Amino acid sequence: MKKSGKQQHIRRQDFLTSLAFLSPSLLGVGIFFVVPFGVVVYYSMIDGVGTRVFVGLENFQKLFSNAAFLLAAKNTLHFSLLAVPLAVVLALGLAVMLEARIPLKSQFRTFFLSPMMVPVASVVLIWQVLFNYNGTVNELLLLFSEEKIDWLLSEYAPFVVLLLFLWKNLGYNMILFMAGLSNIPKELLEVADVEGASEAYKFFAIKLRYLSPTVLFVTILSLISSFKVFREVYLLAGDYPYESLYMLQHFMNNTFRSLDYQKLSAAAVVMAGVMVVVIWLLFKAEDWFGRDIEG
Amino acid sequence: MKKKRYFSRGVIFLLCLVFSVAFLLPTVLTITNSFMSESEIASNYGMIFSTTTGGYVSKTVNLKFIPDKVTFSQYLTGLLRSPEYLLKFWNSVILVVPIVIFQIAVASITAYGFTRWRGRIRSGIFFFYVILMLMPYQVTLVPNYLVSSWLGIINTRWSIILPGIFAPFSVFLLTKFMRRIPYSLIEAAKVDGAGEWEIFTKICLPQCRTALYSIAILVFIDYWNMVEQPLILLEDSEAQPLSVFLSNINSGEIGLAFAMATIYMVPSLLLFLHGEEYLVEGIAANSGSVKG
Repeated sequence: MKKSGKQQHIRRQDFLTSLAFLSPSLLGVGIFFVVPFGVVVYYSMIDGVGTRVFVGLENFQKLFSNAAFLLAAKNTLHFSLLAVPLAVVLALGLAVMLEARIPLKSQFRTFFLSPMMVPVASVVLIWQVLFNYNGTVNELLLLFSEEKIDWLLSEYAPFVVLLLFLWKNLGYNMILFMAGLSNIPKELLEVADVEGASEAYKFFAIKLRYLSPTVLFVTILSLISSFKVFREVYLLAGDYPYESLYMLQHFMNNTFRSLDYQKLSAAAVVMAGVMVVVIWLLFKAEDWFGRDIEG
Repeated sequence: MKKKRYFSRGVIFLLCLVFSVAFLLPTVLTITNSFMSESEIASNYGMIFSTTTGGYVSKTVNLKFIPDKVTFSQYLTGLLRSPEYLLKFWNSVILVVPIVIFQIAVASITAYGFTRWRGRIRSGIFFFYVILMLMPYQVTLVPNYLVSSWLGIINTRWSIILPGIFAPFSVFLLTKFMRRIPYSLIEAAKVDGAGEWEIFTKICLPQCRTALYSIAILVFIDYWNMVEQPLILLEDSEAQPLSVFLSNINSGEIGLAFAMATIYMVPSLLLFLHGEEYLVEGIAANSGSVKG
């Protein structure tokens, strides 16, 4: 009896010490994220900050019939569906290429990683020179065809942004894959070599299998950064870009400008909900893929 | 067989070369273009950007590597005659540096708390931090805006610095690092009668030195590149960082824009050249699972 009392005392003391270490962060996160997010949820269900009448899901209904929101959601979704698989596959390709025994390997790694350190604002000038109607890409295009394309003011606009996105993000993903590749047990690959397995077999049956947690991790990260692609669009095309470049963050910015708290809050709640579901699905997928490698 | 292997290596090497050019070109062109004179810029890009100088404008666009004549005139204009750019650069510095320092300070204390004691509640909180870390700006900026308006700090630096300090990104990374410190080290210090604060500062932190450096680089480049937060939280303020301001100087001062863009790259490029190995290590340690 006495002993368990002492144990309980130690446990409580441990809990208090850990709380002391966690408290600065908990306080900050509470003040700047949790409490105001609670208020955001509340705002999403009342009719106005002044009157404060509970209206249930009316704000969400309005949001889902708002043309600008739907356009922004559609564009963001389209962009993510295009950008995320490319960011994963191309980065894996780069990482695998750097596994080969070639000269200048570490220099190549540095070069591939360097865009990560360059602020987007610094290179948009070059992108504008390249993709302007009178720009370099069109000059080259004229060698092959009659027509010029107004890249940023046409249906091609998302592809210009996609290039900038990949340029910026591939290096980071590549490093994650390189780390994943180096964690694959060497014996396994040696056995495969002895048994005369082809490179393709080794890649798909062994490497990719061990890489599946990394693939999912890179997918999550790329998805997150694809939601941030507003930055590139804003710097390239400003507040009011071509329709196909109107992103969710544009919608948020415009709603901030009119300070429509109900619309803002409903949109933030919807997006938080979508993110939680997506992250949960990816975590489940990670468990499922990782079940027979770990341990 | 051997011949085939050499052939495929050759192909990979060529592919790597092509990719290297693609990855380096935008950065290199920005830098070389910043050493051109205003009139050379105008004649090269007059078709694209409206320039004020007048004079000769080439009918076609000339994307050139090497300036006809290397000149520092754009830099001189930017640094001496238009102090507003220098001011915006300084704005970036005083926004980003406090965030880096204090986010890491808060995060290392927190990460120690998460590493040293585990339990249902604490792993629940840690999981919440991971979710928060993954939330896009569309979600986090609305609560940030609300708090800032309650505290009356909208349109001041504090509206970006304070939420930045408590952003959970480095908590997550540091916790991952600290969990690798052998428990025997902590146990030994405890037997020697060291308190928790002492264990944290004298044993845990020195073990994490490289991790701290790599996380500092990651946090720095993230905030150095920021656009979303200042657009909302510093909307009509003099405190705008250069990352946002750069996109507004296109008309007429394109040469200057190249020079300022180059200056803006310098701090993060220097960090990269100095700390690439740490950075790679930091990113790599992050791989695997998000769930920590």
